[in-house]
Amino acid sequence: MEKRDENISAMCKPSIGEAGRTGDWRTLRPVIDQTRCIPSVKKKSACFLCWLYCPEGVVKAAIPVEIDLDYCKGCGICAEECPAKAIQMVREDQSDE
Amino acid sequence: MSKVRIMTGNSAAAAAVMLCDVQVVAAYPITPQSQLAEMMSQYIESGELKAEYVRVEGEHTALTVCISASTVGARVFTATSANGLLYMHEQLHWAAGARLPIVMCCVNRGVGAPWTIFNDQQDSLSQRDTGWIQLYCRNNQEIHDTLLQAYRIAESVYVPVMVCYDGFVLSHTMMPVELAEQEAVREYLPPYKPHTILTPDDPRCLNPVLFPNRRADSEGVLRDGYMEMRYKLEAALEDALEAITEASDAFAKRFGRDHGGLVWDYRTEDAELYLVAMGSLASEATLAADALRARGIRAGVTGIRAFRPFPKEAVRKSLSKAKAAVVFEKSISYGNEGALCTEIKGALFGTEIRPAIYNYIAGLGGRDVKSRELEAAAAECWTDLEAGRREKKTTWLNCITG
Amino acid sequence: MYEIIWHGRGGQGVVIAAQMLAEAAYMGGFKGVTSAPTFGPERRGAPVTASTRIAEEPIRTFSQLEKADITVVLDDTLFQVADIWGRSKPGGMVIINTAKPPDQFPHPEGIRTALVDGASIALKNHLIREGAPVVNTPMLGAFAKATGLVSLENLEKALGDKLSPEAVRRNFATVTEAYQETTVVTG
Repeated sequence: MEKRDENISAMCKPSIGEAGRTGDWRTLRPVIDQTRCIPSVKKKSACFLCWLYCPEGVVKAAIPVEIDLDYCKGCGICAEECPAKAIQMVREDQSDE
Repeated sequence: MSKVRIMTGNSAAAAAVMLCDVQVVAAYPITPQSQLAEMMSQYIESGELKAEYVRVEGEHTALTVCISASTVGARVFTATSANGLLYMHEQLHWAAGARLPIVMCCVNRGVGAPWTIFNDQQDSLSQRDTGWIQLYCRNNQEIHDTLLQAYRIAESVYVPVMVCYDGFVLSHTMMPVELAEQEAVREYLPPYKPHTILTPDDPRCLNPVLFPNRRADSEGVLRDGYMEMRYKLEAALEDALEAITEASDAFAKRFGRDHGGLVWDYRTEDAELYLVAMGSLASEATLAADALRARGIRAGVTGIRAFRPFPKEAVRKSLSKAKAAVVFEKSISYGNEGALCTEIKGALFGTEIRPAIYNYIAGLGGRDVKSRELEAAAAECWTDLEAGRREKKTTWLNCITG
Repeated sequence: MYEIIWHGRGGQGVVIAAQMLAEAAYMGGFKGVTSAPTFGPERRGAPVTASTRIAEEPIRTFSQLEKADITVVLDDTLFQVADIWGRSKPGGMVIINTAKPPDQFPHPEGIRTALVDGASIALKNHLIREGAPVVNTPMLGAFAKATGLVSLENLEKALGDKLSPEAVRRNFATVTEAYQETTVVTG
């Protein structure tokens, strides 16, 4: 076939923001207490269960752990799964403290 | 020198698949396909065919393995029959929707309940709307050659092809088959070029959920919606009409054997009464046409090779001078008539070609069909036509119908 | 077209004999040959049939044989369970593997018979498989003698497609001996 259609089957490539800017869906925001977070406390790559469980892939497995609030939908799974209870979900209209 | 062997339809199929340099085979045995699956596993085990045979726990997985392997760029093969094909049903749609050029043999057998292991074509006919190309073979030579053509067709339009042949009647009957030469097949069938290769270097999510409407992706490119993807599959099936003809013509040129592309004709030059059928039944019908001619009725045969895509134009051309067409088929679209009969009527509707069309259901569950029975049925239709009876209820040939 | 029905019991090799006959006939110049088992489940010891068609032109019919021009009976006990005479065409030939004399096979008028003690020939040549004499290949020799449709030379080639050289030698010895010992009953 001479003319070539690059999209004869449906597909998408992994990219940030494929589903749009989802951070504005959020009503609760995850806030990390670095004094409790295991990688921060131990100063080594460990735990990262928040990274593992995040359904949106917005958690960066770094020291300290970072969450991309542009796309975090505020589902709270990271807070639920954190074994150190280092993540609190706080209302968007309240301050971090 | 070409090699002629006396072989079963299953052996003729296996020999062709080997010549096509297939890389992955996954199949689950079911009578009458079992020998074919066994032969493929033997070829691979012995090293004659450098491919991977993936053992699976059922037909649904067999086709899923083929879908996966085809997605990462392998030429694949599977085969099944009857309830095995029905078990694949969901993945049949998937293979076509994913536009994977998979080739499978459907060794036609009736479906249960009640159980039968014997031949009819209800299995593949009931998978008509899955988006697969369906080709029907009338002898073992045609099975061998059609498989070689099938990969060329599938890989040119990116649509899977089901090569259908009658269980036992062809699968277990030996007859002379001229095997194609390996080098000639490699010239005829270039290596498979996948449209999309799934690889870790270029990760993609294939066949994600599509929404009703078109939608921009993260790069701002407007992507097709579900309906556009469906249209592309339909357009590919329409393009397949040309691809099937091309593959058949190129094959005839390269190998010197021509089974007809979409439709074939037998003694139709001056025919008025046409017998229409698919598969081995159409071969049997050629003998009936000879016998009808011997008694003074100008009869011919229209053999349908491609059922999907349905070759409307070719059918119109073949039947352009028909006064009556008698459609014989080994399946039934319950509550209506034989599916082929409906298609023939549909192809002619609205044209100036208006033969009386009669329909016979024959040979279900292995009931033997003899050419003299086809002859008698067609002769009766001719009498009906002459008496002005242009419409008749579908007749069940050689069957107690109460 | 010649239509041939093979009567035997599951395990006696009727299917392979039907096939080798088709191959030998093809090598002998018949463009149309088919061979088929009776379709369905296979069971050792059960009465089974297979069929061969031989024609000058390519064969377009794949329907099951009703009546035979030539019938080959591998086991004479089958006369008690199968309608062998009834499935023979008028003017047909029935070739029987038996140690019995011809008068034990009263046949309808117009049907000829040919007799050979294939089992004894197989035993004499030590052609035994799974405790039973191999009778399918001797009957190919009997077929060649009684009908003249295939040559011994092409039967040997057909054996060579399926068997090792040693097995070909032993089977062909029985084919040849059966060919010599087959008597066509006249009248």
